[in-house]
This record gives sequence, structure tokens and C-alpha cells, in this order.
Amino acid sequence: MIPEFGHFALIIALCLGVLLSVIPMWGAWRNNEKAMALAPGLAMGVLVFVAISFAVLTVAFLQDDFSVKVVASNSNSLLPSMYKFSAVWGNHEGSLLLWVLILAGWTAAVALFSSQLPLTMLARVLSVMGFIGVGFMSFSLFTSNPFERLLPGTPADGNDLNPLLQDPGLIIHPPLLYMGYVGFSVAFAFAIAALLGGRLDAGWARWSRPWTNVAWAFLTFGIMLGSWWAYYELGWGGWWFWDPVENASFMPWLAGVALLHSLAVTEKRGLFKSWTVLLAIFTFSLSLLGTFLVRSGVLTSVHAFAADPERGLYILVFLAIVVGGSLTLYALRAPTVSSRVTFGWVSRESLLLVNNVVFSVATLTVLFGTLFPLFMDALGQGKYSVGPPYFNAVFLPLMALLVPFMGVGPLSRWKSDTGSRWLRDLALPAVAVVVCSLTLPLLGADGFNLWVALALLLAGWLAVGLLRDLRDKTRNAPSLARGLARLAPSYWGMVMAHLGFAMTIIGVVATSQYSVERDLKMVPGQVETVAGYTFRFDDLAAVRGPNYVADEARLSVTQDGEHVVNLAPQKRRYLASGSIMTEAAIDPGLWRDLYVAMGEPVGEQGAWAIRLHYKPMVRWMWLGAIFMGLGGLVTVADKRYRRRRAAVAAPGGIDGSPA
Amino acid sequence: MHPVRRQRLLLVLFVVLFSSAAIGLMVYALSGNINLFYPPAEVAAGKAPVGQQIRVGGMVVEGSVQRSDNSLEVRFEVTDYQASVPIVYTGILPDLFDEGQGAVAAGVLNDSGVLQASEVLAKHDENYMPPEVAEALEASQRLQEQQDG
Amino acid sequence: MGPRLKLFAPLLIFIALAVFLARGLQLDPQELPSALIDQPLPAFTLPDLHSGEMLTRESVLGQPALFNVWATWCISCRVEHPYLQTLAEQGVAIYGINYKDDDDAAIEWLDTLGDPYIANIVDGQGRLGVDLGVYGAPETYFVDAQGVVRYRHVGVIDERLWRTRLAAIYAELGGTVAPAGDTP
Repeated sequence: MIPEFGHFALIIALCLGVLLSVIPMWGAWRNNEKAMALAPGLAMGVLVFVAISFAVLTVAFLQDDFSVKVVASNSNSLLPSMYKFSAVWGNHEGSLLLWVLILAGWTAAVALFSSQLPLTMLARVLSVMGFIGVGFMSFSLFTSNPFERLLPGTPADGNDLNPLLQDPGLIIHPPLLYMGYVGFSVAFAFAIAALLGGRLDAGWARWSRPWTNVAWAFLTFGIMLGSWWAYYELGWGGWWFWDPVENASFMPWLAGVALLHSLAVTEKRGLFKSWTVLLAIFTFSLSLLGTFLVRSGVLTSVHAFAADPERGLYILVFLAIVVGGSLTLYALRAPTVSSRVTFGWVSRESLLLVNNVVFSVATLTVLFGTLFPLFMDALGQGKYSVGPPYFNAVFLPLMALLVPFMGVGPLSRWKSDTGSRWLRDLALPAVAVVVCSLTLPLLGADGFNLWVALALLLAGWLAVGLLRDLRDKTRNAPSLARGLARLAPSYWGMVMAHLGFAMTIIGVVATSQYSVERDLKMVPGQVETVAGYTFRFDDLAAVRGPNYVADEARLSVTQDGEHVVNLAPQKRRYLASGSIMTEAAIDPGLWRDLYVAMGEPVGEQGAWAIRLHYKPMVRWMWLGAIFMGLGGLVTVADKRYRRRRAAVAAPGGIDGSPA
Repeated sequence: MHPVRRQRLLLVLFVVLFSSAAIGLMVYALSGNINLFYPPAEVAAGKAPVGQQIRVGGMVVEGSVQRSDNSLEVRFEVTDYQASVPIVYTGILPDLFDEGQGAVAAGVLNDSGVLQASEVLAKHDENYMPPEVAEALEASQRLQEQQDG
Repeated sequence: MGPRLKLFAPLLIFIALAVFLARGLQLDPQELPSALIDQPLPAFTLPDLHSGEMLTRESVLGQPALFNVWATWCISCRVEHPYLQTLAEQGVAIYGINYKDDDDAAIEWLDTLGDPYIANIVDGQGRLGVDLGVYGAPETYFVDAQGVVRYRHVGVIDERLWRTRLAAIYAELGGTVAPAGDTP
């Protein structure tokens, strides 16, 4: 009976969601305070019942209730309990319920933390989020019910979780990713509420900003974990494939970057209002589009969920209602009167405009590359695939173009600035950066490398811009420490995020340029040298894990005669499903990773195909992403978001406020 | 002109120029980096271009996988039951690669009709087949039946 | 263009995109009609699961029947199984094609879960599956008395599908079903 409780709880949550999407909206229209005041309570109610439903499904997984279809298809009695737990969202139905849970969580959070919002605005925001919730709850109930039973005919044991998903990284990757995806619904709901109310003012931008920052931060962490997981779990050392499913999460991220910065301009200067609203709609639409691409099977991908046209159609219809509806509302209600406020060409506004154009174009190029196979197929032009070279060729120049402007950003002034001031402040550091970036790559093993020089130049430029601005901001303080302590959290968030971006640039370029990758046939006893490290294939062993058996290669690594590490990659065979999995062995480090994976047995005498990779600075990429995400979270601590009853923004802001 | 209007004009100009540059870049990048899928029958019929990136997929022919003794070079054939295409690949094959299973290879066809693969993708699980492979197999089946019947 | 009209541009772009996405859904490989529709069932000589005797195309023809591709490794087949039982009890002729499976496991499955099949064709190598163009299990082929494949269903057959779509196709083949009320 327990699974049915979960089912009923979800049905009740759906009913509450319908009430939430109708009553407060009607109240806001009729100016009925009682109706509007129901919104927070209903939002909490939805959360409670979705949480019950989710808890019930989790219990079914933990107790091996194989009478429930998703449990039978995605779990196994031998599965370690932490993977039984993560198996809840290792499948379409369960992950959709997680989606719904997180959306309910965000909605409830808005209800809790927005007491300073005008009641009409809050009612509208919660109603819009309630409507999105209704869409996804009915999607879950009508097309992908996670509580479907296998009665009679309960299998004795389950089909096991896909071995690729049996991994600690994958326990938290989907929740973080969905926190980001779904979090953009808050910015979306604020935009829709503002359009409905006809009040696109600085207050609206200020309320949206912290929510957008947090959602974006979670998405950053989620994407980073996904990349890290692919690196160590897929067994061939790649960390980004431009796969449709990756792009599905990357597009909202890119649009989110543009939105963050555009919101800053709207809040501080009251400019770009229509554009910011459009970006908020665009960002959440891309989240929904991502959901559609991943779950409908219209694109081929390594890790898409099983194709199901009925589900695809449902999401497409929902996508059409939400995006079509909001764009229609936008067309009817967005302000057309151009703002009276002006700004000079040399100003922070211009620089942020560059950011917006670059990130919007980057989003569109990724969108185009992702959907290109679909377009060609729909036009009957054949089965194409668009490879990583396309994305690299388009994306990297765009980012390189961005950085010169990004370096000036922090020390630029609103409204109007002068080129001569920028030159005065940055000329000397610029020279230093150029000299460093030209000389440092000479130290590399293979001599001067143009790409590394360019990456150092760009990253160095970002860093000196930030340092120069930090110095300016702390110059009048009695001591450096006190000066730094006085800076606002939102400023620190910006510094961290921008520095993280610089680190990611260095990591990506260094690892692409300096990696040494060798795929070799090795027999036990054989010795190979890669990038100064000597790998000795000591022996081959058969080992047994909780739900798999494996061949394990044992290698010892030495450098200049000194022992570095022992590595033991595995080739696993999972018992329940019979799937074969490569488990790489990695010796991580800040400056380099050593990466060993087993291919397949070749020939006689216990020979195996073995990958030996040396990957310099690959961690910088993920460290940079962590910094970006932390930066996004830190900004929320800013006290101006805690001020009660936000009035019209005071242009100019607090000293040290971010871009 | 009013300064605000002039600014808007310049702004639009900037966005248009930048976007066209980006579109130009996209078209250029796309022209070199997309690869069309060919079923083995079309490759055998000489319809696939030589010296250009393409993808070929089908079932890996039973007994066709041959490994080199001293390197990781591997030869195999894929078929859509109409024709087969020999493929040469050096490196580590994916975990799910096996004889009698679906696979897609990306690479360049040489003059003697051998695909020099730079990447091999295998079918994901028992219930999944790369859609292109499934379609190629179906198309070839249809042809065969027309010939038989 | 008036300032208001310009704001409709994003909506129009989205509509164009949505049309492509909708088209993409229809292109789904699962939805393609089988190459075998209105073609004769391929010839085969494969053993019967229980007796081990050789079955051929000719030995299974003579009445409208369903050919159900299944395997013990296929969870969806387990979902479908009880409903196949119901159909068999209503007099629907069902042959099984035990696809790429272990014989002992298959026999044990039928012993514990019930056997709705008239006979089971053992397709251990998947040869018949290839001839039929099977993507994966479960799949069901509707074959008339003359041995011509009239319809192919990919995925689980359940009561709703049977009632709304498949029953009519089965009736067209000339198959008769006992009224639903007769069975528990």
C-alpha cells in the first residue's frame, strides 16, 4: 500500500498546485487580498505533499520493493544502499519527481523569503511557479508515473542501476543540475509577474537578482560535477563532449550569465529593461528545452533517457504553452518607450552590453549546433552529426573576444568613463601580463606554445584588472586587511567568479595543449614512459565487488627512480545486467593528473590495451568552476538584499558593488 | 540626430555586425565539421565521398574483428545486410563494442573503400540502437524484400 | 515596423523552432513503420523452447496470430506478460519468439509466471530478430493466416492499447476474441 500513498500525495500536490496557479492570480487581477494571501500557504502545501511522495519513492528503493516498476527496472538487492538512494533519480520517472520536488522547494523558498515583496507581486510570482509545477506534476502522473506497480508478477530481483550511474559524483550531480535548471523558473516568474503588473522597475531587478545568482551557482556546480564525472567514469579522459545532453544544461548556463549581468544594469541604472525580461524568459525556456531534448529522444546522445514520443509530445505542448504564452505576453506588455537614461560609449554599461551580446550569441551558436541534426533531418537532408570541432571553432573565439572587455569591467564606472583613465590604470599591468604570457610558455617541454601564451594573456589580464580594482577600493582604508573586510559580499562574489573564469581558461587550454595520451598494448612486466613518468604494469588480478566482478591491472608509477603512486584501474562486469564498465585509476594533483584506464584484452599472455594519460592542470578547470559557483552564492549575502521594503534603486549604489 | 537615437543606431549596428561575424564563423565551422551518415550499401555503391569526414554504421559482422599483433590496430566490417564496409581503427574500442552488435564509426574513406576511423561508437544497451543504424537496416531490408519479391 | 510589432519577433522565432521540434518528434526511430508490413513472415528453422523440435514458418501458420518478441532480461516484457496471459485466455493466438535468451531461464520464467504462448521459437542468436528488424524487446508482430505481417507494435502491450488500437487490427486479421466479460 505504501507506494499508493506516494501516488495519492502527488495527486493532492497537483490539486493544490492547480489552486495555487489560479486563486492568487485571480486575486491579483481582482485586487482581492484574501485570495492573494493564500499563495504562500498553498506553496508550502505543494512542497509538503511532493516531499511525502518523494520520500515514499525513496523508501521503495531503499527497501527493494520490486513490485514498483521503476525500482525493478533501476535497482537491485545487491546494490550498495547509497546507490539505491541515488537510483531514485537515476531514471526518467524518479528524476522527474526530483524535478518537481526541487521546483516545489524553490516556490516555497520564494514564499518564505519574500515578505518584503508587495503582495500582488508575490501572489503573481507564486502563481506562475505553481502553474509550472502543475505542468510537471501532471507530466509525471499522466505519462511517467513513478509508482506504477508490477502486480502480479513481482520480479524476485531488480534489473540493476545502470553501472555508469553507480558513482558518488552522480549522487549529487542531478540534484545540483536541477537546482540550477529549475531555479531559473524564479527569475522567469518574476519577469512574468512584472510584465503582468506593468512594473518593470529597479525593484523587480533587485528581487530577481539573488534568486538568479543562486540558481546559476547551482547550475555551475552541476555542470562541473557532470564534467568531472565524465572524466573519471567514462574511462577515456575526456571532460566535455558537446553532447546534446551536456549542451542542454550549458545553454541555460550561458543565457544565465547574460541574465546576471543584464539584471545588474537594470537594477543599477534602469536600462535594458525589455531585454532583461526577454533574457529571463529565454533562460528558463532553454531549461525547458533542455528537458525536452533529454527526455523526448529527438536527438541521439549517450546519456539521454529512453525515447518516448508521447512524453516528448507532452513536454513540447507544455513548452509551447509556457514559452509561447510568455513571449506573447512579452510582445503585448514589454515597455517600448526607450529609456531617457543615456550612457557613454566608454562606460560600464557598454562593457556589460558586450557581455550580453557575446553570451547571447554563444548561446545561439550552441543551440544551433545542437539542433542542426534535427533541422536537417526534418528537411529530409540526411542524418548529420555536428562534432566538437564545430563548437570549439565557434565558442572559443567568442570567449577570447570577451576577455579583453571583461578585464576592464571591474574598474569601469557607470554612465561614463574615459579611455585615458583605463589606460592609466591598466597600461603597466598590461605590459607585465604580455611579458609574462610570452615568456612563461617557453618553459614548457615542447617550447613556445601560442595557445598557452594566449590563455595566459587572457587569464592574466582578468587577474590584473581585478587586482588593480581591489587596490583602488582599499586605498583609503587604514590597512589592507580592514579595507578588504569592508568590501561588500556582492563585490567579493564578482571577484571570485571572474577569477574562477580565469582559472578555467588556464585549465582548459593547458590540459588540451600539454596532455600526453598514449593507448598501448601492455603485458604484465612491461614498462612504459609517458611525460617523464614511468609506468610499470606489475600484474593482473581478478577482484570481486559487491555487485560486480572485475579484472584489475596493477601499475606502479615512478619518476626519476622515485615511487610516485600505485594505480589499479579495473574492467568491471556487473552481475545483474552483465554490463561491462571501465573504471579508471587517477592520481590527482593541482599541477597534473595521471590517468590510467583498461581497454580490452588483446592477444595472448595477459596483454591488455591500456590508456596512459598525463593531464596537466586539468583540475584548474573544475576549481575555476567551483570558484564561479561560490562567487554566485556569496553575492546573496549582500545586505542590500535584506533591506526591507525596497524602494527605487539609488543609482550609483554602495561603494564596491559589483557589475 | 538626437543623441539617444544615434546611440541606438550605433548599438543596432554593433549587434548586427557582431552577429553576422558570428554567423560567418558558424557557417565556416559547420562546413568543415559536420559529418553525414552513410549506410554500408551506399558506401559500396560509391555514393559516399572519399577523403571527407563521414559516419558509417551497421552491425559488426560476426568473425570479422581482427586485431594486429603488435599494436592496437583493429579491423572489422559493418554491414546492413546489403553490403559491408571494412573499417580500420587504432585505439581502444568502447566497452559495448562486440560482434553482431550495432556500431557507428566516424572517419575518412580511402581510395580502396576502407574507412579509416577516428572514432567508434557502440550501441548503448540491448534496447537501444543508434537511430541511424536502425534506419539503415530497415531501408536495406525493404530493398531486399523488393528484390526477393 | 511599429515598436510593438518588433516585440513579436521572439515569439515568431519560437514558433518556427517549435514546428521543427514537433517534426523531430515524428522522426523518432521508434515510430517508423516496419519494413515488413504487408510482407510475408521471414522463413526460419528454429527449435521449440520446450520440446526442442524444429519449428518452421509453415508449422506456425494457418491462423491469425501474434508473434511476441520477449526475453527474461527484458523488464518491460515482465510488465507485458500478465496481459498476454489475459489475451491468451480470451483466445488470442500468441507465439513467442524468445530473443537472445537463456533457455533454462526462459523455461523457468514460463513455469512461474504462466505460459500464454502456443509455442516458443528459440532465437538465441537473434537471426530471426534481424530478419524481422527487431530493435529490442518487447515487440509484437500481427500476422494473418496467410503468413503476411500486417502490423508491428514496438513496446509493451497493455489493456488500454489493446482496446483502443490493437484489438481492431487483430479483428481485421480475422482473429476472434471471446467477450471480455468471460475472463476474471
